[in-house]
Amino acid sequence: MPAYYLEALTITLGLLLLMAEAFVSTKSKAWLGLAASAGLLVILCLTALAIGPDAKPDAAWAKWALWDFYRFDSLARFYKIFALVTTILVLLLSIDYRSILARFTDHPESENGTGEFYALPIFACAGMMFLASAKDLAGAFVALELVTVTFYILVAYMRRNVGSLEAGVKYLILGALSTGFLVYGIAWVYGATGTMSLTALQAAAETTKSLPALLFGVALVMVGLGFKIGAVPMQVWIPDVYQGAPTPTTAFLSVGSKAAGFVLTLRFLEPFLAAETTRGPVLTLLLILAVATLLFGNLAAIPQTNFKRLLAYSSIAHAGFLLLALAAGTAETATTPGSAKVVSFYLATYLLMTLGVFFILAQVRIQRDGEAITDFNGLGKSSPMLALALTVLLAALAGVPLTAGFIGKFYVFSLAVGAGLWVGVGVAFIAAAAGFYYYLNVVRAMWWSDGGNAAPVSLPTLTKAAVAVLTLSTLLFGFWPEPILALLR
Amino acid sequence: MLAILVLLPILAFVAILLGAPARLAALGASVANLALGLAAAFSWKQSCWSLSLPVLEKPALHLAFGFFSDGMNVIMVLLTVIVTVAAVLTGKAPEGREKLWYSSSLLISAGALGAFAATDLFFFYAFHELALIPTFLMIGILGRGERRVIAWKITIYLGLGSIVLLAGLVWLANLAGTFDIPTMVAAAKDGSLTIDAGTQKSIAALLIVGFGTLVSLFPFHSWAAPAYASAPAPVAMLHAGVLKKFGLYGLLRLAMPLVPAGMQAWLTPLLVLLLGNILWVGYVTVSQKRLDGMLGNSSVMHMGYIFLAIAALAAFPENDLAKPAAILLIFAHGVSIALLFGLSDRIERATGTLDLDELGGLAKSAPKLAFLFGIAAMASIGLPGLANFAGEVLVFLSAFRGFDGMSSLGPVQIACILSIWGVVISAVYMLRAYRNVFQGPAVKSTESAADIPFADRIPAALLTIALFAVGLYPNLLLQFLK
Repeated sequence: MPAYYLEALTITLGLLLLMAEAFVSTKSKAWLGLAASAGLLVILCLTALAIGPDAKPDAAWAKWALWDFYRFDSLARFYKIFALVTTILVLLLSIDYRSILARFTDHPESENGTGEFYALPIFACAGMMFLASAKDLAGAFVALELVTVTFYILVAYMRRNVGSLEAGVKYLILGALSTGFLVYGIAWVYGATGTMSLTALQAAAETTKSLPALLFGVALVMVGLGFKIGAVPMQVWIPDVYQGAPTPTTAFLSVGSKAAGFVLTLRFLEPFLAAETTRGPVLTLLLILAVATLLFGNLAAIPQTNFKRLLAYSSIAHAGFLLLALAAGTAETATTPGSAKVVSFYLATYLLMTLGVFFILAQVRIQRDGEAITDFNGLGKSSPMLALALTVLLAALAGVPLTAGFIGKFYVFSLAVGAGLWVGVGVAFIAAAAGFYYYLNVVRAMWWSDGGNAAPVSLPTLTKAAVAVLTLSTLLFGFWPEPILALLR
Repeated sequence: MLAILVLLPILAFVAILLGAPARLAALGASVANLALGLAAAFSWKQSCWSLSLPVLEKPALHLAFGFFSDGMNVIMVLLTVIVTVAAVLTGKAPEGREKLWYSSSLLISAGALGAFAATDLFFFYAFHELALIPTFLMIGILGRGERRVIAWKITIYLGLGSIVLLAGLVWLANLAGTFDIPTMVAAAKDGSLTIDAGTQKSIAALLIVGFGTLVSLFPFHSWAAPAYASAPAPVAMLHAGVLKKFGLYGLLRLAMPLVPAGMQAWLTPLLVLLLGNILWVGYVTVSQKRLDGMLGNSSVMHMGYIFLAIAALAAFPENDLAKPAAILLIFAHGVSIALLFGLSDRIERATGTLDLDELGGLAKSAPKLAFLFGIAAMASIGLPGLANFAGEVLVFLSAFRGFDGMSSLGPVQIACILSIWGVVISAVYMLRAYRNVFQGPAVKSTESAADIPFADRIPAALLTIALFAVGLYPNLLLQFLK
């Protein structure tokens, strides 16, 4: 099966669900979410069958011009799976979140007007999947905008809620600004090299006569991509938007959108890191971005009192670690995985931990009507299993050994040490220490603080299953990370 | 087989989570582990004890357990299984918190066993961290006094210490290009791994500060005494007795063979710091007004002696006494401090207080408790016939190894002579505490105090027997090191 069928099927699924939602009126919209996740699950299985033109050069489809804009390799497959898994989990999260969602739409009494919330993530997912296969800057830009435009709607979905509206406006304005940077940067790159094809850029970068113009373009594109991955200097929107957006959207932003940004960054930087002329400056730029992002994300997270906002800063902090892995610019050898693999691995572990936390956060938000860290007080006593799961997940985010989070951080550190980035390593250690502090602060609230008479938080079946699976896999991959790496081969 | 040792407590923990009776599961796992540990002591050279599962291809990482050829970790494993049984049997879980109480003891034990049994650097570090988390949680949830403040303090201290340590270990692994500790050590020995002096010095500094914080080396020690005073008895026993020794074991296992020149470069600062442990913390211990605070500080103080043996080894690498001395004292101190914490918990439950001024004459109403505590106190002071004496004497002797008696005293010898004063200091505070608690006229709190019941005598007896056995026949342990 040609790989692009996957995107086509995903879009079709989204359209079908939109139609179904319009013509079938039911009281509860949960079935839409279930149908969407089931459909995506089927597509997820189909990724195993997807092949690129190299696998079947004789087929008619293998000669299409599409393959100038679209590639299919192990990295593409990995990020397609990543996007699908994220979207499935976000849809499941939305199903249990629908009571809050309904409260802030036009008909607070019913679920009318919440149906699109299950279809839109599918379109974003299709965009992310296409990004994973990006081979040309023009195609990548269109895919990126598909993701971003969908998020404009998703962020402001609770339109009777001031926070969500404010988040929507902020996301829209800064998103537009970053798009401007991105397009402008692509224009400079094209102007300096005469090509937008990522496979041709390396040769063009080596022979270009206007290197400063090219580097300027690369820097502008990195700023634009920084918006997607949550890196300094385009990180300012993150705390407000994360806090205001509906929790499933926040989860989707912090995992799916970030991963899509990173895969595009990987694709985009690949030729420039391979070209002798641009490698040095690009690595320096990455190191500066990484250090600034690490410092900002981790230090600003320390005084946070709202858990959702804390997760926003944590998302910036993790972007810093990922950028540090990129800044090492290590190619894969017999003994070390390269930067691209480490970034992908780190993102996969980040998916497990972050979505697990968001599942729990959504339920605390619904049942205790708050998202502050103090709303987690006494959870260890009232719902010990839930608290245990959240403890494991937060410990993993902090990078405590024997969890998947540690292996990711460990890889980043060994790459940075191997590349001799001592400033980066030093800052990353400070960042990791700060992370230890602010994540365990929540653990402290759960176990050590008195919850008063707050009722225990009980999880609905779907959430319970998701949290259990995510927590256990966080632990399992902490012992045995090979399966994730096998996906990258 | 060693993997089973690590796995048993974890399985028991899972069983408790799923609803098995907590005390029974914990007891079953720890007794089975004691039996396995003793079996290992007889057959540790057999290859059946080791295990290596590939976990990661790049870099090559193995979930590897095994006994090192120098036998050091046989003793550490023995110490862990003995103290674990005692810790599970000691103390009383508060109503409704049995699950938490026993599962945390199991996790600490599993973490310590994993760290001592691991032959892979990655899991060596990782298992220790696993054990820290239940320690923090238990102090924060069930601790006494200012539990939240104290728990947060130990979390921050040990968390930062672990991160500094991690920096050193990652650096080492990067230079060595492997995570397999035996391979690293062999490479350092045959010269295929050479680390230049400057790098050695930096790594050694990271390791001394990292491991040192975990073992409460002066001046990174201020978390220890309040944490032990606040911690529930089993946690104090397991942490002070076993888990804390990870730092010392780590220095002996990694720092000494891999960065000897770096350790040598830091010799003088290390000697000053360890004298800080022995003399400064010693004086702090003398001024304690509560028994738990005194025991906590005394355990910090005694770490100084073990550091002295490490310093002696750093100063004189051919020193054949220093390593046995350090390991023997690690074992002796682990057992004796666990016994002391266990008994002081008993005293508190019998009298309702640990304030030295409010106690007195307890020997009349609780003679068996007084007898056991007396033995533990004597062991801690270093009375001949008990394990600590053998350890401390070896430490002092090792400090003079390589000293020909003609030249002037080197820094290690001077530090040794100064630290012998520590023995006097510990006699002062231990005997004074014993007098305050057990002798003199009975006071209100002790008049009708119950003696130690049979159930609590079992763990105390186990630890006491270990103290006597090793004290009278140190070869019981030293044979592993030959």
